[in-house]
Amino acid sequence: MGDGLTESIRLLLEFDPYVYNIIGVSLRVAGLALLFSTLIGIPLGALLGLTNFRGKPVVTALLYTGMGFPPVVVGLIVFIMFSSMGPMGYLGWLFNVEAIVAAQTIIAFPLIAGFTMAAVMQVDRNLMSQLIALGATKIQAAWAAIKEARVGVIVAIIAGFGGVISEVGAVMLVGGNIEGKTRVLTTAIVLETRKGNFGVAIAFGIILLAIAFIANLSMIYLQKKHLFEDN
Amino acid sequence: MSFHIENLRKSYPGFSLKIDKLNLYEGEIFCLLGPSGAGKTTLLRLLNFLEDPDEGQVFYRGQEYTSGNYQPPLGMMREITTVFQRPALLKANVWSNIVYPLKIRNMQVDQRSIMEMLKELGIDNLLKQKSKTLSGGEAQRVALARALVFNPRVLLMDEPTANLDPHNIKIIENMVTKYSQEWKPTVVWITHNHFQAKRVGHRICLMEDGDILEVNNKETFFNQPEHPKTRAFLSGEMFY
Repeated sequence: MGDGLTESIRLLLEFDPYVYNIIGVSLRVAGLALLFSTLIGIPLGALLGLTNFRGKPVVTALLYTGMGFPPVVVGLIVFIMFSSMGPMGYLGWLFNVEAIVAAQTIIAFPLIAGFTMAAVMQVDRNLMSQLIALGATKIQAAWAAIKEARVGVIVAIIAGFGGVISEVGAVMLVGGNIEGKTRVLTTAIVLETRKGNFGVAIAFGIILLAIAFIANLSMIYLQKKHLFEDN
Repeated sequence: MSFHIENLRKSYPGFSLKIDKLNLYEGEIFCLLGPSGAGKTTLLRLLNFLEDPDEGQVFYRGQEYTSGNYQPPLGMMREITTVFQRPALLKANVWSNIVYPLKIRNMQVDQRSIMEMLKELGIDNLLKQKSKTLSGGEAQRVALARALVFNPRVLLMDEPTANLDPHNIKIIENMVTKYSQEWKPTVVWITHNHFQAKRVGHRICLMEDGDILEVNNKETFFNQPEHPKTRAFLSGEMFY
């Protein structure tokens, strides 16, 4: 572990282009997947948490299943969809960053939607009636509910980020772990471990943990006021 | 006329609201009295278009709304508001709560006139305070300010002073009475306290089990009640 730490500092300080390319691809993929899954997950979670409609139990059960869906199965489905024989093969996304983003979005959005749903369900029903009675449209009232439940929604985004940044099976399948193109930190760790380069693998692991920690810390600091003062 | 109601029906398991005819006028404070479960709150929610009736017609300013067509245009809905018994405030500070109705309407915030109102309500010194730190009376005064800030044409009050002390009750009664005199809105005020109805109301209505027993002007209602149950209610008998 000590060697890994030394190795990771050395790799970072030497501005190794191989390492920085992997970090860059990881951040780009995770950032885009988190953005898309947040854009899908928060409205979906708010809709499920605030409304009642026929089929809601089925949609909720599907969402819960999605929250625990094995990533490698998501990878398999995305692979089939984007393979040259698949219905979306014409896009040519397979073994490209786009396919990884698609797979990670599918993995993360149920997490974000599920946690968001749980968070907005805690918002006082009387407040929702009051907001409508004050003239809010349903969308304005839903937005207010999301803001009221912001601590839970932040946790939802953090959970989504955790799912995205730590994913390996689906990324390996649909990205192919191509150096300089689709290799991310998790797949690089697998590769280096298989090659017996444990020091480099540990170094990547430490960098991955550091990125996750900094990202989460940033989110917490951005919403510090709400996270630690609201409740 | 503000509201005209005909053959309105709304049922829940074990309860049914039945109003054959009711008119509500601009400039009046219409007090609803009656025991819990009489249908007062259900009527208020129907007037605020928060619920659909099962049957009947509601005419708001001449426009008909029936159970199949109960969603009035947003602009019309935004002329009506309710102050509930338990003030439901956003987690934000007092000022953000008060200007919320203006923000969702993209209306300009006239700081001076709002501050005048807040001063009258005695909450002008609480602007930066978080809503969760307010007392019950302060929170209800904030809720009232938030309801009045956009000058509603219809103000529905669902027992807003039920849990308040006489000091807060007086402030709220004075403010609504003044608003009624200045702006001539339709005010419908649910209360369990017939002394309060006597103080603020122009017309009084007694309800029981989803039915209207009596509607009369204040003088007749209190001095020469027509319905035997009104007489029993006013003499303090447990008529229900």
